[in-house]
Amino acid sequence: MELLIAIIIGVLTACGVYLSLRGRTFPVVLGLTFLSYAVNLFLLVMGRLTIGSPPIISDKVANYADPLPQALVLTAIVISFGMTAFVIILSLKSFLEMGNDQVDGKHRP
Amino acid sequence: MTSHIVIFPVVLPLLAGILLLLLPRQHLPLRRTTSLTSVFLQLATAGFLLNTVNNGEILAYALGNWSPPFGIVLVADRLAVWMLVVTALVAASALLYALRGTDNSGAHFHALFQLQLFGLNGAFLTGDLFNLFVFFEILLLASYSLLLHGGGRLKTKAGLHFVVINLVGSTLFLFAVGTLYGLLGTLNMADLAVKVTQAPAEDIALIHIAGLLLFAVFALKAALLPLYLWLPAAYAYTTATVAALFAIMTKVGAYSILRVYTLIFGAQAGSVSNLIESWLLPLALLTLTVGVLGTLASTRLRQQIAYLVIASIGTLLAAFGMNTEAGIAAGLFYLPHSTFAAAALFLLADCISNRRDVMEDQFEPGPVIQQQRLLGALFFIFAALIAGLPPLSGFIGKFLILNAAMSHSALPWIMGTILITGLFTLIALARGGSMMFYRAQAPHICRIDTSSDMPRSGMSVTAELTPVLCLLVLCIALVIWAGTITEFTTGTASQLLQPELYIQSVLNLEVKP
Repeated sequence: MELLIAIIIGVLTACGVYLSLRGRTFPVVLGLTFLSYAVNLFLLVMGRLTIGSPPIISDKVANYADPLPQALVLTAIVISFGMTAFVIILSLKSFLEMGNDQVDGKHRP
Repeated sequence: MTSHIVIFPVVLPLLAGILLLLLPRQHLPLRRTTSLTSVFLQLATAGFLLNTVNNGEILAYALGNWSPPFGIVLVADRLAVWMLVVTALVAASALLYALRGTDNSGAHFHALFQLQLFGLNGAFLTGDLFNLFVFFEILLLASYSLLLHGGGRLKTKAGLHFVVINLVGSTLFLFAVGTLYGLLGTLNMADLAVKVTQAPAEDIALIHIAGLLLFAVFALKAALLPLYLWLPAAYAYTTATVAALFAIMTKVGAYSILRVYTLIFGAQAGSVSNLIESWLLPLALLTLTVGVLGTLASTRLRQQIAYLVIASIGTLLAAFGMNTEAGIAAGLFYLPHSTFAAAALFLLADCISNRRDVMEDQFEPGPVIQQQRLLGALFFIFAALIAGLPPLSGFIGKFLILNAAMSHSALPWIMGTILITGLFTLIALARGGSMMFYRAQAPHICRIDTSSDMPRSGMSVTAELTPVLCLLVLCIALVIWAGTITEFTTGTASQLLQPELYIQSVLNLEVKP
């Protein structure tokens, strides 16, 4: 299971890095989204993978999942969600103002 | 009441920002008054805190009364409060300049300005690594919108690059924070500093990687050498007010480097001690060189000032990179000087470019500038100030840095780079100044462009230059009270190099029931 998660994070990061190095804004936005997926998954598994153990104290169980990474990942998801929305609007604005979707913004009126 | 004073600089701009969102848009005087009141209250709070921590006390504040290391703490030590004071002073000057009309050229300027201050103050005060990430995001999101304030094609292009590179930086920050949490099981900076000394040998390599990833993120924020390319365009094309406020933004990166690498990866951190010592000084000197080369190659005044910001961050981090008490103290003296001077130059460049019609701030002989004697004199003073000529504050800052370098093994490199780049800065600024002031042509080509967004009629030059003069007075105050300030920064440096003080005051914090 650990190996599978590690491979998923690695593949997501690789896709993210590749796409964010592209020359058009849409692949760059997708790349940033992939990177934020990868990092969210990474943060979650930093509390170690556990099955069937709750993060909240109760009398019935002895093993607990670490609740902190779950809180961290929630914060990170909210922030990356907001940032993605912002960067999409900004790339649309840039497309409308430059007349093309190149990241370099070569202006052809 | 006084125990809650630590949270004031964070809550005040947040509440003011929310209030400003609720106020009606057309009621400009009310919004201006709210914004100004908030900034001056922050200034007063920062002054009060400065007075409190001056005796070496470290104030820790447990948010929500959760005892550290489980809850988030805010920590006001000398360094944090020093940064708060500098931020409040720069923000007050930038805001005074914005009141001349820039604040009305787009929606929600004041709310964004306050939220930017919320992020800045929070980043300086927080004692938790993940919370530092959150405050970074807050200040960045506000800065993205402020950067685009007023609109325009060049701003959008520079803004897109700025946003994308900072989003990648945030991702790296989260990877580093996640790795540290996975290995050490804590995110409280004081607790991290304790845990890092007890880390098992097989984790050391990973902690190394996480520490260096964090350095890459902070270097990106500080615009250190390979990661500075976003800065010149972003700072050159945005509105003058925003550029002046952004003069403090690169210092957040420098602050984080100083905080994390003295506290967590400092001299006492066992096998990861002095993690970035071999990196910081060479990179800082290279940044200084590249920054000054940039000032020589600039074709516009605003671009030149943006490169001066890069050069000043190089000087600052070279001082921090010496990793001695004298070096850090000299850097902390140089920090407010470089921030004030850069902010004032951005505002002054806007005054000049408003008077040059279509030539704006390009280095081409343009029309004769109105009030050319006054503006020329101010430009001359600030050029001398930032190039480090005596008797102004830049000279004292650089003198302290060189003095601190005397006992350092890399002395020839530090002294050679700082002195030669100082000369080149002077040449670059002299070239720009003579192009704009001496080679100006006859006034008949000067036609007043009425479509400009800056209202020119009814705006006296005194009102325009008040913020610039305020910043000049602050720089002169740095010279007059140099002795007192050096004492304070030396105290700050010695406090930073004894991280056990910080650790004790956070981990032994008594939470009141």
